[in-house]
Amino acid sequence: MQLFKNTDFDFLGKKWPFIIASLVLTAAGFTSIGVKHGLKYGIDFKEGVLMTVKFAYAPPLDQIRAAMASSQKIKGEVSVQNFTGSGAENEVEIGTEAQEEGQLNVNRQDMQDVLNARWGQTGGKLDFNNSSQQALVERLRDPLARAGVAMSEPQLQKLVQDSLDFRDTPPRSGLVAKFSDLSSVPGINPGIMNTLQQECYLAPFHILKVEMVGPKVGAELRNKAVLATLYALAGMLAYIWFRFEWIYGLGAVIACFHDTLITIGLFSIFNKEISMTVIAALLTLVGYSMNDTIVIFDRIRENLKMSRREPLEKVMNRAVNQTLSRTVMTSGLTFLTVIALFIWGGPVLHGFSFALVCGIIVGTYSSVFIASPIVLFWHNYTDRRKRRPGPPLATAPRQETARKSPARAVR
Amino acid sequence: MRTNLRARTVVIVATILICVFGIIDFPRSAADLVRNVKSNIHLGLDLKGGSHLVLQVQVQDAVKADADQTMERLQADLRKQGVTWASMDRNDPTRVEDADNVEIYIKGVPATQTSAFREMINDRYPTYVLTAQNSTDYSMRLKPSELVALKRDTVERTIQTISNRINELGLTEPSVQQYGRAGDQYQVLVQLPGVDDPARVKELIGTAAVLELTKVEDGPFPSREAALSQHGGVLPLNTKLAKAKPRGAQEGEEWYLVGKTPVITGREMRNARASQGDMRKWETNFTLSPDGGKRFGRFTEANIGNKLAVSLDNSLVSVAVIESKIEDSGRIEGLSSEDEAVDLSRYLRSGSLPAGVQYLEERSIGPSLGADSIHEGLVAGIAGLLAVVTVMLVYYKRSGVNAVLALVLNTVLLMAALSYFHAVLTLPGIAGVILTIGMAVDSNVLIFERIREELRSGKAVIAAVDTGFNKAWWTIVDTHVTTIVSCAFLFLFGEGPVRGFAVTLVIGLIANVFTAVFVSRTIFDYELSGHRRMEELSI
Repeated sequence: MQLFKNTDFDFLGKKWPFIIASLVLTAAGFTSIGVKHGLKYGIDFKEGVLMTVKFAYAPPLDQIRAAMASSQKIKGEVSVQNFTGSGAENEVEIGTEAQEEGQLNVNRQDMQDVLNARWGQTGGKLDFNNSSQQALVERLRDPLARAGVAMSEPQLQKLVQDSLDFRDTPPRSGLVAKFSDLSSVPGINPGIMNTLQQECYLAPFHILKVEMVGPKVGAELRNKAVLATLYALAGMLAYIWFRFEWIYGLGAVIACFHDTLITIGLFSIFNKEISMTVIAALLTLVGYSMNDTIVIFDRIRENLKMSRREPLEKVMNRAVNQTLSRTVMTSGLTFLTVIALFIWGGPVLHGFSFALVCGIIVGTYSSVFIASPIVLFWHNYTDRRKRRPGPPLATAPRQETARKSPARAVR
Repeated sequence: MRTNLRARTVVIVATILICVFGIIDFPRSAADLVRNVKSNIHLGLDLKGGSHLVLQVQVQDAVKADADQTMERLQADLRKQGVTWASMDRNDPTRVEDADNVEIYIKGVPATQTSAFREMINDRYPTYVLTAQNSTDYSMRLKPSELVALKRDTVERTIQTISNRINELGLTEPSVQQYGRAGDQYQVLVQLPGVDDPARVKELIGTAAVLELTKVEDGPFPSREAALSQHGGVLPLNTKLAKAKPRGAQEGEEWYLVGKTPVITGREMRNARASQGDMRKWETNFTLSPDGGKRFGRFTEANIGNKLAVSLDNSLVSVAVIESKIEDSGRIEGLSSEDEAVDLSRYLRSGSLPAGVQYLEERSIGPSLGADSIHEGLVAGIAGLLAVVTVMLVYYKRSGVNAVLALVLNTVLLMAALSYFHAVLTLPGIAGVILTIGMAVDSNVLIFERIREELRSGKAVIAAVDTGFNKAWWTIVDTHVTTIVSCAFLFLFGEGPVRGFAVTLVIGLIANVFTAVFVSRTIFDYELSGHRRMEELSI
């Protein structure tokens, strides 16, 4: 089976509609960032506290807001939002921002305390749904001994670990509704169950995740991620320069920039959050896009070696056509993987896979319609310049590049 | 050609075996297999749940404490020399960045005593620089080299103390390490897998465990009442009662009457370690700061034969008889076991934190979220891979098998490398894996399309395979080297998540060059070697 055999599409002849489409998309992204949504930053970029809490029922948003607002210790605004993502159910995100680490720590602690006070139980029992293994072991050790349940320390640790594993695996995902559910955990007998019920209670919420990023760390995380990416792009440019010609490197890097910008714009248009994981996804799409571009450039270089008398545009078109089935196959296959991740990957991977879905589409066409035209424009420009008589100083160095890419010796 | 093929096959089989061993060891049962995989592939906190804390050591506290001690000594010295002064205090910077600006101000030293004053500072306080503000007022600052050393020491001791305390929790694989730039950020990264209750950990880190070495006045007594009745119901002046920490199988309580003011506090304890002395008996050696050592020397000299108690948070962890004068280094002998000696050295080291800490970052991922992400990620990953495999097999037929084998082997190599390097697989790392798989698919597609092209142009099968591989080779080199170059920069300049991405990607790409080019080629050659005049290739 073969999809494309000896195709001869005039890709570069149709570059303008795509370049315009790219510009429109980029402009739409910028407009959305500037005018409409702005960018929805994740906690890594915003600096603050974000707590993701899963409730046993639809989260009472107003009550949570009221409870947080009534706290004396929390300074600054507390945002309470329903967290709906793929796979997320009954989850709520509670966040605050503060300019200083000390207050952030206070806020973070008090948010948890407020939740405990409002939806937990007083009376000294331990909340099974938010307990750690060590806390539960310590809590149960003596009462179990008093109740006459003989257990060695490893047995106790194992029992507690199994119960918490049971609590944490789907479909419970951190919330046990009633103690009798625990009876399917191996090793739980009526005596243990009794003690468990005496010592613990089941709160209707479970803290899934707490993230606190102070201004000092946040600024550095950002700067380092951005700097590292810029250096990486510069490094790639240098390598491509070394292997091809500098304009090829520039074209490839501009194409990567283009993909990243459009993807970030799409994040704003669809109002999706940009987190550190999304940054990893952006790095991935830069990798994909670069890979795609180099494959085509490689073919262009190879074709140039064989046909020195053909116009560059024709050579490029042939290269794109020759690599067409490869481009479609590779992009199609990676797209399949990413779309699977997007559909089934769950809320944690959602932003990540969204970035890749956008990135693969944009990254594939940018190799053909952005990177290659840049090289073409430059060579056409220098060709025109060369035909005009110029000062010898300016033409001398260009003589050398002419040898490297014979395309300009045409006509 | 034949032997060459055999040699290549041997290399490939050996690599596969080594990799599989790296991932699963020698499993004896299915459960064993799962367990081995879990213990060999280390998942990051974002995937399996746990706490990640970045804290900053407030080094200015240590500099201020040093200034306070210096002021105390200076006042005593000045009095002894008969030098008078009007006031002595220091500034009180509260930010880490201002740690270098801690200054002692001495005002009102009479002009007539200037030379005596200066001489004494030069002689006895070589770590400080004296600056004259005018004829009677002075300021003192720690020398830059001393500042660097003090701050470094403070961070190291904080790390040591936090490690000690966290070790008491008995977690698996906790990690406490210096973070960020070493010289000027004073950050410590604490990673605690499986802990979803960071409040407890923070409490543990934050509580300044108070370590004191105090004189034992009387004891032991079986109970508080017994101790009190011994002294007519009233405690003697400047003493307090303290309970000994229960030891092993020992029955009943032990109470001691100890001095109220400690001889030595945790701040002066420099180091302690367990060792075996004469007759292979266990003992604990400790070192004190020079100042503490002098004080301890005077105290022990006057108290030979008396008892000394080591107390941590007011609970006595050890009581020993003073046998001789001890200055800055001493030892506690006669411990019953290695455990006791190690415990005691840990107590001695885990004294109070030398400076306060502030939390800059916290990420606590509940294990349930981790479990969900792994589950969903796996389902999605497998679905994606199945789709890729199906398309490859349909589109490239027999050669598709080749590509699928290369792909599977690539994943195995990547996992094995992660296991052998003890690298941690995080979410960004998975991003790297996805890009690796994408590029692995791409390498195969590139080669196959090239072979098809050569076949179309009328080449014989063997020649087409040969040219296809050769031509695709340089493209593969270019794409891979470019990405590896970018990874090198990401690793050098990035941090945390960005680095995780770069590491897995580089490993994956190297594995990919091996599988897509070397292994795939070998399989093709193997198929072709049987019939030299093969008419058709299933591609």
